[in-house]
Amino acid sequence: MSNRLLVGTRKGLFRIERDASGGWGMAQSWFLGDPVSMLLPEPDSQRLHAALDLGHFGVKMQRSEDGGATWSEAPVPSFPPKPDGLEDKDPMRGIDIPWSTQLIWALEAGGPGELWCGVIPGGLFHSSDGGENWSLVRALWDDPRRQKWMGGGYDFAGIHSILVDPRDFRHVTVGVSVGGIWTTPDAGAHWELIGAGLRNAYMPPELVHDPLVQDAHRVVHCPARPERLWMQHHNGIFRSDDGGSNWQELNDVAPSSFGFAVAVHPSNPDTAWFVPATRDEKRFPVNARLVVTRTRDGGQHFDVLHQGLPEEPAYDLVYRHALDVASDGDRLAFGSTTGSLWVSEDQGDCWQTVSKHLPPVLCVRFEG
Amino acid sequence: MTTLSFTPNLRRHVETPAARVEGATVRQVLEGYFQANPQVRGYVLDDQGAVRRHVAIFLNQELIRDRTELSDPVAEGDDIFVVQALSGG
Repeated sequence: MSNRLLVGTRKGLFRIERDASGGWGMAQSWFLGDPVSMLLPEPDSQRLHAALDLGHFGVKMQRSEDGGATWSEAPVPSFPPKPDGLEDKDPMRGIDIPWSTQLIWALEAGGPGELWCGVIPGGLFHSSDGGENWSLVRALWDDPRRQKWMGGGYDFAGIHSILVDPRDFRHVTVGVSVGGIWTTPDAGAHWELIGAGLRNAYMPPELVHDPLVQDAHRVVHCPARPERLWMQHHNGIFRSDDGGSNWQELNDVAPSSFGFAVAVHPSNPDTAWFVPATRDEKRFPVNARLVVTRTRDGGQHFDVLHQGLPEEPAYDLVYRHALDVASDGDRLAFGSTTGSLWVSEDQGDCWQTVSKHLPPVLCVRFEG
Repeated sequence: MTTLSFTPNLRRHVETPAARVEGATVRQVLEGYFQANPQVRGYVLDDQGAVRRHVAIFLNQELIRDRTELSDPVAEGDDIFVVQALSGG
């Protein structure tokens, strides 16, 4: 049972701990003043990774081998030289796509010593030595369809979700905003664009069902049944029962099927959580009432959970990496743009406010 | 020899001692510096070796012209100063 979580924010990294009486509070902070765009506590390890977005001075990686007691700078996933004369432009605005890491947006462990990292502007990087060396996954980057990826909320496309199959570490599936769902059976050597049944309503009618233009906000899979995927899509909530090849849209989810974050129970694939918002560009809780939605039957029904969440009008948005479920499947945490953080110990039935005064929350992850 | 120095704002992240470095262009001076201080490179240049978007390089109090190739010529006794162009919030 996890008693600790890490919270990456616009102004630093925080550790939140549970005390003996069941209260959750701040225990430690690091990198104060610096945005922490992504973090990864490696499973069954003291090793932590934090991705810093230093603005002027670029993206940096920090790594701790001792659970956060000490940190040191680690190599950053970097692009190879761009070939002279190669045209590689963002299709929406016609400007050059930088072959330079602008934001670390996804970080996951694979097999022993293996890490995967997704970045803006759309690169996927692999390390087989714990992050000492990174290499760009060329088969995906060089796929001509990659040049049709578009930026969503950012200037350029990015990889925000990386699903490593726990039964076969070579089987990896990634979510791209905006560029659909891609899967590899062989650790990145070959890629297939998947996603039948997805629907992106804001595209021209003939492209609505094109897998390449699907605006996945966040994709997760159930570790105990990795073929079950849940997606919070720009357009709504989708479920796949076959590893992402085919999707079913779940309609009429109150109060809204729009949002960014999704979490799935680690052993029960039918249980998943979402944090709904007013669509499309408004992006605050429906009627200013912050709630979490939960299904326990694969999406046939959704509970609207609000006990312990603000009674007063709330304008929090929960970013795509800012909701997490612990390995026990009971404890949940999410943080918001107002710097608020909540924890539940009963699958979301009741929530405890940990803080209302953190910096805006970018990512949340339980340790252990 | 060219004198190369850095904004003190960088010291929070990485050691950037001022140094006197050989080189006929801004690129050569920087590369000479990075040989002795490899960790500084990623703070100043992007993955393609161009100046980061929010970093400015002054050569004798004038902004350099070539931020991509860093081909601006330098002469004996010149000063190069690396600063951040303010952005963010």
